Amino acid sequence: MSSETIDVRYVAQLARIELTDDEVERFGAQLGNLLDHVGRLAELDTASVPATAQVIESRNVLRDDVVRPSLDRETVLAQAPKRQGAFFRVPRIIAEAE
Amino acid sequence: MTAWEAVIGIECHVELRTASKMFCGCQNEFGGEPNTKVCPVCLGMPGALPVPNMRAIDHMIRAGIALGSEIPAFSKFDRKNYFYPDMPKDYQISQYDMPLTQGGVVRYWLEDGTMKECRLTRIHLEEDTGKSTHAGSTDGRIAGSAYSLVDFNRAGVPLMECVSEPDIRSAEEAVAYLEALKRTFVQLGVSDVKMEEGSLRCDANVSIRPIGASEYGTKTEIKNMNSFRSVYRAIESEIERQIAIVESGGRVTQETRGWDEARGVTHPMRSKEQAHDYRYFPDPDLVPMEFNAATMEILRSTLPELPTARFERYTKQFGINVKQATQLVDNAQLADYFDQCVAACGNAHQCVNFVLGDLSRLSNESGTPVYYSNARPEYVAEVIDMLEKKIINSKIAKELIERIWEAAGSPRAIVEREGLSQTSDPGAVEGFVNDVLAANEKVVAEYKAGKTNVMGFLVGQVMKTSRGKADPALAGELLRKKLDAS
Repeated sequence: MSSETIDVRYVAQLARIELTDDEVERFGAQLGNLLDHVGRLAELDTASVPATAQVIESRNVLRDDVVRPSLDRETVLAQAPKRQGAFFRVPRIIAEAE
Repeated sequence: MTAWEAVIGIECHVELRTASKMFCGCQNEFGGEPNTKVCPVCLGMPGALPVPNMRAIDHMIRAGIALGSEIPAFSKFDRKNYFYPDMPKDYQISQYDMPLTQGGVVRYWLEDGTMKECRLTRIHLEEDTGKSTHAGSTDGRIAGSAYSLVDFNRAGVPLMECVSEPDIRSAEEAVAYLEALKRTFVQLGVSDVKMEEGSLRCDANVSIRPIGASEYGTKTEIKNMNSFRSVYRAIESEIERQIAIVESGGRVTQETRGWDEARGVTHPMRSKEQAHDYRYFPDPDLVPMEFNAATMEILRSTLPELPTARFERYTKQFGINVKQATQLVDNAQLADYFDQCVAACGNAHQCVNFVLGDLSRLSNESGTPVYYSNARPEYVAEVIDMLEKKIINSKIAKELIERIWEAAGSPRAIVEREGLSQTSDPGAVEGFVNDVLAANEKVVAEYKAGKTNVMGFLVGQVMKTSRGKADPALAGELLRKKLDAS
């Protein structure tokens, strides 16, 4: 696989990263190398291996429906880049509903 | 002119009723002071690890079994990635290709009692988002706002998304479908389903096609419907809009439209130019779930009789009308009480009349639910039994219902103690009839002059004179005989 198949600008846009033309070229090549490396897995015969979504063997790790203390609001809002009163203040939400 | 039919599919989000959130121990409760029910997990702090709430998983499986869905042996959570400040993690934990339930059927009924079915595509589990308020604009709309304020109390609340197949054909069916889902979830105890508190939110996909066509028309997605009434109005309005477009030679555009409650129309919502690319992938923080037959059986055994089954039992087996059956089904405890009354006396019709009539009235007046009252089902059954055997008449029966409401006690004993049994002894009733005829000469004259509708008054007088004990049918018969003979 090569960088030809990766739309670096699209991926950057999804990740909300601004790239210069030079970076698009450089990262494109690097991403291509990564995909080539991962692509080696395709050489293995996995016909008899069941698909998995997790490398850990555990299953059904659940917790009881019990309420635990939440954080203090001032502690929480102190982490916020911006706050207004009791709320997190965020850039205008650009929704489908715009 | 072409006759059109609508093709409607509904996606609804239902908040599950649990004590704590989906992946953390913060309280799951509507409202509260903003940002007071949050912790590192639901705020998406680096390193915080989510652990699924087992009650939410139980709720999902029970809902799935109740609706005839398949519960796959394997299920997992995925991350749905998007940049939207209502989720602090920049992704929402959801389910992509291996949801907890697949398929299923919602059976529901219309006001005239017609049974309908709508297939389910799937029900999956995800976490709710935070709640944002758009500030800095004059009209509260997102468009003109300068920034948004977010409360994360709701972020991480367990949310199930039910996706239906496009089996719904009208606004009426859409509302009846939602009501059936609501009843089922309330009966199962999986959700409070309060649309006004946002615990049920739905979108509808609507298209039209000529009746009999098998292909689908272009659909629009309708959002912002905040009550069953607005679901009805929005769908009706959208169907009309689409028919008008097509009949005037135009084409429906595939788009998302918002319902404007005040103006009674849908309007296009500007959508992002780029299609959503959520880049779903299995959430590495959460281990998969596997279910076996024993687990399923244990959860299945906790299911109560479901509202649709109960409705059909009442209408088909008992012959109760749609309105009364719906009233009972919508109040499960009252319906359980009704079932006990029927079990004790076998007369479903009298039971439904007393339960929805006198007993419900007494309940409304006193504020005591019927099933908490002194009027135990076996007492109600005794009243009905005495009424059926003509030991008492309906007037005494109503009085007895009030008596057993006021104080627990066998109505049969009251009847015996106070001599309230109906007098069907012709001699005794004749005595009352003679007294009434003697005391009401003027009315008797009116009757003889052809004004036969005074009969009701005379029967009433006999009942009064006998202090309610005379058999009214016998009294009427004797009165008529005497009046017509003389």
